Amino acid sequence: MSVLVYLENWEGQFKKNTWEAALYASKTANMQGTEAIGVVIGAINESAEDAGKYGLSKVLHVNDAALASFDANRYAQAFAHLAQENNASTIIISGTFNGKALAPALSIKHNAALLSNVVELPTNVSPLTVKRGVFSGKGFNDLSSTETNNIILFVPNSIPLEEGSGAVNVESASFASADEKTVIVESVDRVKGKIPLPEAERVVSGGRGLKGPENWTMVEELAEVLEAGTACSKPVSDMDWRPHSEHVGQTGIAIKPNLYIAIGISGAIQHLAGVSASKTIVAINSDAEAPFFKAADYGIVGDAFQIVPRLTEELKKFKAAN
Amino acid sequence: MKVLVCISHVPDTTSKINFTADNSAFDKNGVQFVINPYDEFGLTRAVWLKEKQGAQITVLNVGRAETEPTLRKALAIGADAAIRVDADPSDSFYVAQQIAAVAKEGAYDLILAGRESIDYNGGQVPGMVASILNLPFVNACVGMEVSDNEASLIREIDGGKEKVKANLPLVVGGQKGLVEEKDLRIPNMRGIMQARSKALDVRAPQEIAAKTSTGAFTKPAPKSAVKMIDADNVAELVRLLHEEAKVI
Repeated sequence: MSVLVYLENWEGQFKKNTWEAALYASKTANMQGTEAIGVVIGAINESAEDAGKYGLSKVLHVNDAALASFDANRYAQAFAHLAQENNASTIIISGTFNGKALAPALSIKHNAALLSNVVELPTNVSPLTVKRGVFSGKGFNDLSSTETNNIILFVPNSIPLEEGSGAVNVESASFASADEKTVIVESVDRVKGKIPLPEAERVVSGGRGLKGPENWTMVEELAEVLEAGTACSKPVSDMDWRPHSEHVGQTGIAIKPNLYIAIGISGAIQHLAGVSASKTIVAINSDAEAPFFKAADYGIVGDAFQIVPRLTEELKKFKAAN
Repeated sequence: MKVLVCISHVPDTTSKINFTADNSAFDKNGVQFVINPYDEFGLTRAVWLKEKQGAQITVLNVGRAETEPTLRKALAIGADAAIRVDADPSDSFYVAQQIAAVAKEGAYDLILAGRESIDYNGGQVPGMVASILNLPFVNACVGMEVSDNEASLIREIDGGKEKVKANLPLVVGGQKGLVEEKDLRIPNMRGIMQARSKALDVRAPQEIAAKTSTGAFTKPAPKSAVKMIDADNVAELVRLLHEEAKVI
């Protein structure tokens, strides 16, 4: 028996998110009394042997032309094959965009129960039981599997990253391409220098209180000094002030960063649903009655156009001193 | 072109969520149900395909009779026919198998479902349907153009977008971007009248065993009281974030 984990890479690079998945897998394997094996797909520009720092026993690297671009069905086929070869009954996948597309297809091919939107380590191993988020952040539910094979799709930033030491062997593994119905990737357009929201540890978010898209410079400056991702409320994305991909909330992206700073967002129930899992919430609003202050850890009532630049300055000073 | 739009029947986004006294289930009392917002974008996109390219739209729900008003609403928005698989949607695998069976029998060219539903947020059904039927799958789709036998699509990826092409039949997990929020169709009086006479076919489910079982539901722990900081003393916030919250 073993635990398999997808070590996702982006243009050949691993991220913190990759290692969170590795750590999640090795902790789960510990609970099950078995080993955790990493799977890397495609060309990489850095070594995967760092996986040893997070408790994996080895890494399998599949570098096949058929897997050069992402396809849910084909990737699922490769994983199902490796899972069978390594007698893996549990597969761990982080809830990135590709992870969310891969997991359902793999659950069919590997005849596995899929436990998704999982927010912490498994609470029990037999039967495998997890805590998952439901009703878009408004509740949680204990979900148990009734199957032997299982896939856990966890929400990024669910467990704190701890780094040990050691390096692991990276072995090359093969993939037998079958007749999968696939998509053809024509082009990839990634915004350079931006931190994708689901994995961002800190997020600065703006709402209608900012009055117009031209006022986002100060949000971006605050995000830059915090090394944070930028986000917005639904009305802001509906009015096209900011792209849809920045919309956090019930019908946008649900996030759980360490720090969420909401500027000029009133805090409607739909918005809070998507951000309430954040560890620390700061609300800045001119309206002392804004509902966000009931959901926040820290609040400042006042004019965002004065407070935000001041906060950026103070953070710069803090960074210089620490 | 035959389009199948999968419709989830979910609590309105403004609903306060409560669980039954023994915490074993969602408490539906006093809750208004709507078409899952992620499914609405696919439904309106399908209506455009009908208006511009002559597509035929069938909407599908796996649920009990209580979901029929939601299906009637989808008919009023512009779907031609509705199917309800008469079963409790016990888990995503169970629902995906029911949808796959309907899709296979109806030989649809395009199967649209929301990327996730706002009740259980599993995000599993469309990908499972594609895999069961061995059809290409595009998730988190924010743009789609369909011609006779192929589609060009844009999907969201971490920190960007990807343009892909796929042959029909195809399964799409949709979201905002398939159409814009302002373009979402709502039922008008004529649509509501017409919907009354459209077919709503109730079918018996396939015999499928679910793969998961739900235990207790809980609510998030309440936040401790907010600490207010003076607008003239922003340095205090920085200190608290560092020393107390330890997030910077």
